[in-house]
Amino acid sequence: MALKINHNLVNEEIAKTLVDICPFKAIEYHNNKLSINAGCKNCKICVKKGPAGVIELVKEEIKTINKNEWKNIVVYADIEENKVHPVTYELIGKARELAQVINHEVHVLAIGYNLNQTVDKILHYGVDKVFTYDHEKLKHFDVERYTNVFEDFINKNKPSSILFGATHIGRSLAPRIAARFKTGLTADCTALEMKENTDLVQIRPAFGGNIMAQIVNSNHRPQFCTARYKVFDAPEKTINPTGEIINCPVKDKWLKTRVEILEIINKKKEEDISESEIIIAIGRGVKSKEDFNLVFELADLLNASIGCTRPVAEAGLLNSKHQIGLSGKTVKPKLIITLGVSGAIQFTSGMKDAECIIAVNNDPAAQIFDIAHFAVFGDIYEIVPELIKNIKEEKSNV
Amino acid sequence: MNIIVCIKQVPGTSNVKVDPVTGVLIRDGVQSKMNPYDLYALETGLQLKEKSNGKVTVISMGPPAALAVLKEAIYMGADEGILISDRKFGGADVLATAYTISQAINTIDDVDLILTGKQTTDGDTGQVGPETAEFLNLPHFGYVTNVEIKNDKLQFISNLETKVMKANITLPCLLCIEGEINTPRLPSYKRKVKFGSCENQIKIMSFEDMKDQNENNYGLKGSATQVEKIFQPKKTTDRLVLQGTKEQMAKDLLNILRERKFI
Ligand SMILES: Cc1cc2nc3c(=O)[nH]c(=O)nc-3n(C[C@H](O)[C@H](O)[C@H](O)COP(=O)(O)OP(=O)(O)OC[C@H]3O[C@@H](n4cnc5c(N)ncnc54)[C@H](O)[C@@H]3O)c2cc1C
Ligand SMILES: Nc1ncnc2c1ncn2[C@@H]1O[C@H](COP(=O)(O)O)[C@@H](O)[C@H]1O
Repeated sequence: MALKINHNLVNEEIAKTLVDICPFKAIEYHNNKLSINAGCKNCKICVKKGPAGVIELVKEEIKTINKNEWKNIVVYADIEENKVHPVTYELIGKARELAQVINHEVHVLAIGYNLNQTVDKILHYGVDKVFTYDHEKLKHFDVERYTNVFEDFINKNKPSSILFGATHIGRSLAPRIAARFKTGLTADCTALEMKENTDLVQIRPAFGGNIMAQIVNSNHRPQFCTARYKVFDAPEKTINPTGEIINCPVKDKWLKTRVEILEIINKKKEEDISESEIIIAIGRGVKSKEDFNLVFELADLLNASIGCTRPVAEAGLLNSKHQIGLSGKTVKPKLIITLGVSGAIQFTSGMKDAECIIAVNNDPAAQIFDIAHFAVFGDIYEIVPELIKNIKEEKSNV
Repeated sequence: MNIIVCIKQVPGTSNVKVDPVTGVLIRDGVQSKMNPYDLYALETGLQLKEKSNGKVTVISMGPPAALAVLKEAIYMGADEGILISDRKFGGADVLATAYTISQAINTIDDVDLILTGKQTTDGDTGQVGPETAEFLNLPHFGYVTNVEIKNDKLQFISNLETKVMKANITLPCLLCIEGEINTPRLPSYKRKVKFGSCENQIKIMSFEDMKDQNENNYGLKGSATQVEKIFQPKKTTDRLVLQGTKEQMAKDLLNILRERKFI
């Protein structure tokens, strides 16, 4: 589909309306000529909301693909030193739901060294097949080697969709393979659905606004997406796995690399807010670093971890590892209390699945209240001290 | 060393609002700026240039207005800029963006190093860099927090989730630079006076300048993903509102926390 301007319908007034309607400043009007520039994101608002018929959508010949040739849903097993990243299991859970719609199988691709035990673990999550590429030189993630191996896997198996965890491995590997196969990739999906024609519906916040976009990749296969840890749910383990293991040979010519690892230092295990059961999230409503002490005191009383919005991290008030949201961490705690957070979609997409959401904001129209279970219309500087007092009293009574 | 830094112009504030009635996106008239993460990549490039007596070329793909970020980069110390801009490039997704950038880089001789930011604050995928590397058939690495020149190689440190890795990479290559790893310099007033509109420093590249002349590989036509629809996120229907005096609200909150066994 392409946008076409019907120049005969354009006059100055119409041109101005269209220039104004485009959220990306992609429509220009110079020397009585209306044009669309490279800023166009094809949101089609000019077609839908602009003066009727002036900008039109024209269908173009596209080469279609035979979707029946591409079968099954693959989860890339995120493995490092034989530890399976739990996002892998969550993706398997999702893949099983998706596969049911179209009667496909769920396959897992595992690349690494000495994979036997690791693969056994994966089988317990109810997958149909696990393909392994096991080689000493695949012990550590190497993007060139892994991409070559993956290419072989795709060529031989022609999977319809491939899901990756948005870990450092997934975020390096998925784009390389997507580019190699010249196909689409949607990063950081927050929801996935399957159409009967095997098109994977990929949903994520988009355009930097408070909106979600539904994205498809309907003329290309395989379909690639990444999703963060804690976005989906891992399935129950099965006791008697029935899946099959398929060992695939590794060819030497795939193992060339231009990166030589010199040293690996394991980091001290840092507190990771995505593992916390209770989180207090600080937004810009908490004004200064001094005021944070108030929040920390509440967090101590509740045994909670501290999260924050992006502006708070960007201002350097908290380290970015505390940031929740689209470009931060996804969390799914039992309880999250947001303090002075407006609730932009980029924030809420990282925490909306918390079991209990308590939001404190003095603006009753704040968007955070759209997803809150308990909406506290009030000033944090009044409520938090009062709450701290109450909890302390309560604790001294027992 | 011949260094290329990819920079993008992004909206000055992150919020494009949606009109609740019409569902139309409203831009709030705020100035655009250089993607903040690209500043760290640029600073890394400028420091390597100084150490190696090299050259930094900044590249940006976008509408004509993106000239502003290229100029800013030149005032900061970049030698040349390339604006990749053509109606035919509009509507590009990650695939088409990375392909177009790789085509532009292909026209430059003897490239040693390509640097990108960690992610953009509007697209926010962090995937353009790795895809560009694939199209150029170069090795890449992400999460890079330090780069040093070691003879004909680069030695870098990459900060991963559970570990820190030190490695060598051969040139040419592409590195995605982490945020907050250096203090990007400010544009210099002297350079601003000297280069002004940067007419001699910035070149505009359009479709005609690319080696691959197949239009179907660029812009919307070259994009694999399509946005089917945009919609407002769901709201919860069963929420309880607490209002009144601070004492009342704090008491209600305490009850909720107690009932749910959080205290
Ligand atoms: C691509 C992209 C990715 C992004 N990723 C993220 C992300 O990962 N995480 C993230 O958080 N953001 C992200 N953002 C930014 C996001 O859109 C919002 O700008 C941000 O979440 C707003 O942060 P905030 O709620 O702290 O600040 P604001 O929007 O300024 O809200 C402050 C709130 O505090 C309230 N308030 C003020 N004073 C008080 C008081 N005394 N008592 C009670 N309430 C008070 C106000 O009513 C207001 O609602 C992203 C944006 C883009 C475009
Ligand atoms: N249009 C563009 N022009 C130049 N560089 C870009 C463009 N889009 C993305 N990049 C580079 O790729 C990095 C990652 O972008 P993204 O994948 O959009 O998060 C950015 O930090 C830039 O260095």
